[in-house]
Amino acid sequence: MGVRRFFRKQVLFAFDQFIPFKPLPYAQAFPFFEWGLNWCISGYSHRFLIVHAAVVERNGKALILPGAPGSGKSTLCAALINNGWRLLSDELTLVDRATGYVVPVPRPVSLKNESISVVADTFPFCQFSPVVHDTLKGSVCLMKPPTDSVSKADQTALPCLVVFPKYQAESSLSLSAVAKAEAFMRLADLSFNYSVLGTQGFETMVGLVNSCQAYDFIYDGDFNQASDLFVQLLDDVR
Amino acid sequence: MMPDLLNEYLMIKAKDSIDSNSDWELLLRQARSAGVLSRLAFFWKKFRLFNPPQHFSYHLESAETYWLSQKRIVNWELYNLSQVFKLLNIRLILLKGTAYSASGLNAGMGRVFSDIDILVPKYQLKTVKDALKWHGWLPESMDNYDRRYYERWMHELPPLRHIKRGTSLDIHHNILPQTCNLYPDAELLLKAAVKITDTDYWVLAPEDMVLHSASHLFWGGEFENGLRDLSDIDLLLREFSGNDPGFWDNLHNRAEMLGLGKPLFYALRYATKILGTPIPDSAIEASTIYAGRGKNRVMDYLFLQALKPHHRSCADSLTGFARWLLFLRSHWLKMPLHILVPHLIRKAWFRLADNTKKT
Repeated sequence: MGVRRFFRKQVLFAFDQFIPFKPLPYAQAFPFFEWGLNWCISGYSHRFLIVHAAVVERNGKALILPGAPGSGKSTLCAALINNGWRLLSDELTLVDRATGYVVPVPRPVSLKNESISVVADTFPFCQFSPVVHDTLKGSVCLMKPPTDSVSKADQTALPCLVVFPKYQAESSLSLSAVAKAEAFMRLADLSFNYSVLGTQGFETMVGLVNSCQAYDFIYDGDFNQASDLFVQLLDDVR
Repeated sequence: MMPDLLNEYLMIKAKDSIDSNSDWELLLRQARSAGVLSRLAFFWKKFRLFNPPQHFSYHLESAETYWLSQKRIVNWELYNLSQVFKLLNIRLILLKGTAYSASGLNAGMGRVFSDIDILVPKYQLKTVKDALKWHGWLPESMDNYDRRYYERWMHELPPLRHIKRGTSLDIHHNILPQTCNLYPDAELLLKAAVKITDTDYWVLAPEDMVLHSASHLFWGGEFENGLRDLSDIDLLLREFSGNDPGFWDNLHNRAEMLGLGKPLFYALRYATKILGTPIPDSAIEASTIYAGRGKNRVMDYLFLQALKPHHRSCADSLTGFARWLLFLRSHWLKMPLHILVPHLIRKAWFRLADNTKKT
């Protein structure tokens, strides 16, 4: 891009010949690439009902972790995949309209702000990208997805558990059931394409909440305790 | 590399399957950039023209899903508009993609569009605009020069946007600008409009619908969706001529009456050349009276370039230049010099001033 090639280098995201976003500083290339890929999936893959949520798997059963930014869903997801869970996605839960199963997109886990050092200190053996500061979402660092999760990218999982996490320092662990109708509305609200799918979106969402138990979950950052609890909840399903 | 891959797939005929994945990918890219992916979905599912592999059909179905969602939105807008028009006792006449879609024509299947286009008698423009304001349709912000320009010279009002739903509405009082070298009598179009059965919506008569599409494409000067628009014409011609044996004669007579023979000549010529539309020799023959004197080879070169899929795999070093020449031609056709020159000078000056401000 002319003089920008040498001076304050920028990076451009192109979808074939369509350029959906303004260029960003070159240092943000990696996270920008990840956001761009997510944008491609959520805008063009309507064979899935797409929910903004992390999702992990154990024994063929999927645990969906939706959450607003700051709820700690990516942190929790990073911890779980270092604790025997398989990474399906840290950002996009893809529910196949035809089968109702979750289709994996195992890509780097995006950690933001405070959670970067928490995860890096707890799991020092993982691989991390350099931290990129001053992005739209603050500081961002990408964690390499486990090799095992990547090699099993073609293995779908049955959605069984939806947990809405909330990180609260110095709280005691709390778990409370969420009614199916309430879970439906929250998930629809977090979906990228619920309205695009129309009736089919509604039906897929009904299938999803019917196959899942849903909970609100408050935790203080004790990952092992959280993981054990989720294992127990999954065992209780069916 | 097969640069004409998409053209091949927009032809209504059965195809041999592609066996290389990279060609399927190329077709996907060309179809997406030409805005016809959802139309291909319809050619696959309804016409059974080809058998896509699963990884390709996923994209077709996704595009179809998106198109259906857009159709729901448009249907809802049309319902709301029809309520306003009922109160005013004015016919709600739909144009272009909106019309194809609402009449259930093949040209409407998988046809994506971003604005709703309607036709209103010129003397009722103000009534309609004022009434729509109470229902949330407001003009987009525009400087006074542009607004006056629209009102004085164009064939449509400045676009309206719904303040809550964000949808965009173009209200036309004719199908070509008032300054254009071809300016059909809108009265004739309005008089011949037909009601879509079991709805409150009206559309142009079949012949007028084709002539509008042809004028829009060959007098418009913008070819980003050119191939899609030509495919519209192909589908309209096939369907209307199949329904009515007198269609070709009526089309010819109507073009004569509205003074739109030349765009019709181009439409028939390039629909046959590019998409193999089955047009009887007599109809082609009849339209040649409108052909320009001896410059068909130049126009062929320009239009065949401009109507390629808007994708870099289809462009050669002169494609952009050909499109630019046709863009200039459209201005030449649509505006007499005493309006065009001051307009371009003003636009150029403001663009320059704007750029200086930015740097």
